[in-house]
Amino acid sequence: MPILTLTLFLPLAGALVLLFLPREDADRIRRVTLGFSLATFAASLLILPQFEFGRREIQLIEQAAWIPAVGVQYKVGVDGLSLVLALLTTLLTVLSVLYSFRETHRVKEYNLLFLLLETGMLGVFFALDFFLFYVFWELTLVPMYFLIGIWGGPRREYAAIKFFLYTLVGSLAMLLGILLLYFHLPPGQRTFDVLEIIRQRPLAGTGLLAQLAFWGFFLSFAIKVPMWPFHTWLPDAHVEAPTAGSVILAAVLLKLGTYGFVRFSLPLFPEVFRQHALLIATLAVIGVIYGALVAMAQTDLKKLVAYSSVNHMGYVMLAVAAAAYAYGRPELADAAATALNGATMEMLAHGIITGALFLVVGVIYDDRTHTRGVDDFGGLWAVLPKYGAVSITAMFASLGLPGLMGFVAEFLIFVGSFSIIPVFTALAALGVVITAAFFLWTIQRIFLGPTNPRWANLPDLDRREAWTLFPLVVLMIVFGVYPKPLLDIINLTSSQLVAMLR
Amino acid sequence: MARLAWLIPLFPLASYGILAFRGRVLGERAPYVAIAAMAVSAVLAWGTFLEQVLGAPPFVWRAAWAVGGERVITVGYTVDSLSSITVAMITLVGGLIFVYSVGYMHGDPYYARFFAFLSLFCAGMLTMVLANSFLLMLIGWEVIGLCSYLLIGFYFRRRSANLAQMKAFLTTRVGDTLMLVGIMALFWQFGTVDYQTVFEAVHKGAEKASAAVRLGPWEIPVVTLTALLIFGGPIGKSGQFPLHVWLPDAMEGPTPVSALIHAATMVAAGVYLVGRAYPLFFFTPHHEALTWVAWVGTVTALMAGLIALAQDDIKRVLAYSTISQLGFMMAGLGVLGYTAGLFHLLTHAFFKALLFLAAGSVIHAVRTNNIKEMGGLWRSMPVTFWTFLAGFLALAGVFPFAGFWSKDEILLEAYHHDPAIYTLLTAAAFLTALYMSRLVAYAFFGRYRGPEHPEPDPWLPEDYARAGVHGPHHGHEAHRGPHESPPVMTVPLMVLAFFALVAGFVGIPGTGPEGGSWIHHFLKFEGFEEAGIHAPSFSWPLALRSLAVALAGIGVAWVVYGVRWVRSDQVRAWVGPLYPFLRNRMYIDTVYAWVFVRGGLALAAGLRWFDVHGVDGLVNLVGGVTVLVSRLHRLFDTYVVDGLVNLIGWLTRGLGMLLRPLQTGRAYHYILVAAAGLVIIVVVSLWRL
Repeated sequence: MPILTLTLFLPLAGALVLLFLPREDADRIRRVTLGFSLATFAASLLILPQFEFGRREIQLIEQAAWIPAVGVQYKVGVDGLSLVLALLTTLLTVLSVLYSFRETHRVKEYNLLFLLLETGMLGVFFALDFFLFYVFWELTLVPMYFLIGIWGGPRREYAAIKFFLYTLVGSLAMLLGILLLYFHLPPGQRTFDVLEIIRQRPLAGTGLLAQLAFWGFFLSFAIKVPMWPFHTWLPDAHVEAPTAGSVILAAVLLKLGTYGFVRFSLPLFPEVFRQHALLIATLAVIGVIYGALVAMAQTDLKKLVAYSSVNHMGYVMLAVAAAAYAYGRPELADAAATALNGATMEMLAHGIITGALFLVVGVIYDDRTHTRGVDDFGGLWAVLPKYGAVSITAMFASLGLPGLMGFVAEFLIFVGSFSIIPVFTALAALGVVITAAFFLWTIQRIFLGPTNPRWANLPDLDRREAWTLFPLVVLMIVFGVYPKPLLDIINLTSSQLVAMLR
Repeated sequence: MARLAWLIPLFPLASYGILAFRGRVLGERAPYVAIAAMAVSAVLAWGTFLEQVLGAPPFVWRAAWAVGGERVITVGYTVDSLSSITVAMITLVGGLIFVYSVGYMHGDPYYARFFAFLSLFCAGMLTMVLANSFLLMLIGWEVIGLCSYLLIGFYFRRRSANLAQMKAFLTTRVGDTLMLVGIMALFWQFGTVDYQTVFEAVHKGAEKASAAVRLGPWEIPVVTLTALLIFGGPIGKSGQFPLHVWLPDAMEGPTPVSALIHAATMVAAGVYLVGRAYPLFFFTPHHEALTWVAWVGTVTALMAGLIALAQDDIKRVLAYSTISQLGFMMAGLGVLGYTAGLFHLLTHAFFKALLFLAAGSVIHAVRTNNIKEMGGLWRSMPVTFWTFLAGFLALAGVFPFAGFWSKDEILLEAYHHDPAIYTLLTAAAFLTALYMSRLVAYAFFGRYRGPEHPEPDPWLPEDYARAGVHGPHHGHEAHRGPHESPPVMTVPLMVLAFFALVAGFVGIPGTGPEGGSWIHHFLKFEGFEEAGIHAPSFSWPLALRSLAVALAGIGVAWVVYGVRWVRSDQVRAWVGPLYPFLRNRMYIDTVYAWVFVRGGLALAAGLRWFDVHGVDGLVNLVGGVTVLVSRLHRLFDTYVVDGLVNLIGWLTRGLGMLLRPLQTGRAYHYILVAAAGLVIIVVVSLWRL
């Protein structure tokens, strides 16, 4: 059974089904969407029994000719990295769809776009052909543009256009990079096959051209991550996006950038990456500290969480830069693999934790108070004990409390990167204190202290909200206490990459 | 038994799980779950401890937890004399404090939550102690930090409690971050963070470890730098100068919390860690890391003792006393008194927990923390008084109470290894006796002065209503002067008082083999023997000297606060600005508030401005310029490109207009024109011929 193709196109099939449902029947539309997203999640879980846990290389490859004249094919496959990110995607989509049952505005289009978005995201993680990859990469852009632009907040148009244009600029730069690679293959053997191009590294030793292609990819991925100073689209997009849109944006779309760095930039341009690794590490460290400090100064909860993403994605990039810097030094292989494991773990942890944080903000904002001002609350824990417990757990997970998932990621990133770039890593560790400071301050202002009488009678989490948050909290704790099962999968790819980079 | 030791932290953890999800249902019965779990853990812990006493070999168990390339990071636990005696102490003191809390916290609207957090704390603390690697230690370490945070702010409606809990978590996190960097450095040097592997490698002297790092003008060996970074954690957790500022504020938490977490166990975690990682500190060149530990401890002991003299809040005095005693322990470890420092950790846990619980009993009765509003309580609260007295004598170091033996050990080691530290520690011991006697005199003697401002209830009527319990707002009972606490609170006091008396007896010379003390035999550091360092043997002259110092402190206090031959305001006048200096905690907190809190917030606000106007300004500028350029394009488009098109159109049209009169629609006009044309053609043709 072509399980990857099935997983990939199930959401698209769902979107097609939605087309034929009457728009008045909002309830059925919601249930059908939930059904398809659940089916996709189930399908993605079915990849696991077929996955060979002893194999580091990309496996379960499914391919078909598409445009043979220019060497374009349909080719998908998974390895440890893309597998865990695909699972993250399908899970978060289910939860976002479930959370969005409360949406009443143009339900049909809303759900349709979500399913379309899911196919786009999964395609990015599965694609093994640059042309296919690019198609999916761009496909993620369009639904999110509409989700922000139609269902967003007051400044939705500004935010949507900013998001679209900013990322599009990056995409074009990447396209040029891809074409550079393509045209440097010997004529007659030209292909967009990712594995083949990585094997041949057509731009190795070309100097300027390799530099250009590297920076082309860099711009695209760095904007997506987002790395400092390309991050300012993020707070606007998050603030204006509907809750579920923010969840997907933070949990999955940002990971496309870091995924790109690990999947393409590292193996395609190891020399060039190593050459610029310290510069990129510098940007990452700035992102860590700057993101945390700017988050501290925010009064809008969504902006606060958005800047905390800048901070956390900085850790991921620190580890990636460290791994790149270890290129050509076999004695650092294990350290680099540890750092890459940490980076991937942080992608997952950030997806789960920040996804939960945006849901937490949505719960309080969408249905209950219609305000996100950190200072508009106070003493909520007394009124909303369950909600308080979930939120506080998520915030502590985000600030890297041991026993929760974020810590595992940070610990591996730190110990791995320190062996390669100690000074940068030690500086980044400062971010840990600042992150703690702004989350504790936030907890204090929202949940502790005297209760704001305006909110004395708010209802606690209802069943549906509990079901969207509960799985995330469980995952944070389970993989925080015992991360090995996840790391065993991730380590396959990291070891493979490190072996390639020796 | 050692093979079951992993269960010791799991019972409190399970209790936390039950109370977190079913606490509301359990209500009044919540404490029984917590106490039962602690009881089981205590049995296991004491079994493990006794097994070690009887000479069982150390036991280590590991399991893979994470991977990085070929490398495996393990977690596990280790049972040896140090960890077993510490878990035995924690489960005993913890269990007693749980029982005491049943009475102290009764009627609180968040009764179950309190026991849930206490259980989680014990789980974290026991994990931290039993851990076999820096990784699992760090996990337990941060969990207890979290519980400390949650419990300091237990009365979460109080602003002061909110601020105190943040201060505690953040201040300790500064230290923790340094420790984290230290752990990274260990991983870099040895590729592992497992205690055993790291310590063996340090002992052998690994290549990377002996390299030197240049820090400005200093060159410092990597291993020393690593040890000092690791020491950052203990500085934060154990309230050592300069990160001690959070501990006095932590007294905002309920008193059993102060007793368990901020006196007996968590704050001692730092001392425990230095003991655990002793090889790392010891095997630095010239033991230089230990010299740092000794001096940090000594400065802390002295500073906190001085500040304690000028505090009026009973719990704050005890908090500064805790800081000071933790300083003693660190100093003891630092001057090569491995056993001495850890021995003091164990005895201190008993008598300081006792002092806090007794203070809680007092506060429960008089509803104030201010010792100047107490007085004469020895008559109305006899059990509390006598037990407090036992704790006081132990802390002051009076023969034969526990503190006498352990503090004497520290002074003995200091005398032999570093006379300067000995002198300073002796002065700190004098201060200890002095401020504690002041406290006892104010609280228990003289006449009852009654609180002017009784402590306000931390909860609101709606909190009680929501929890369905009767708070003091309902069925208000007339306050009839202070009276003794119920047995559920006084019995734990008596048990602890017993230990405050006898816990030191294991340090009496002759209780162990070869005329030494049992504790020296049980808790010893293997590295000393190899290095030819022998623990100095007990000496009566020194012991009498430290006893005399303690009695002198008590005597001076008696002169000023007891019989009042010299009045305290006279003393205050003599010392001049010293009093406000000490009363305001040497202004350390004030400086931190300005530099770090306000400075940090100002920096954050500045960066936010920069982000909006600088970085995003640039983005918007690019966007704006693009729009402007496109407008120009539009103008060009409208007036040039489109203008050209329009021009052509206009020309065509103009031409058409010009030709339009010709189109008359009348046949004879056309025939006329056609004929004229024909004529012209004919004429032209003829012309060319």
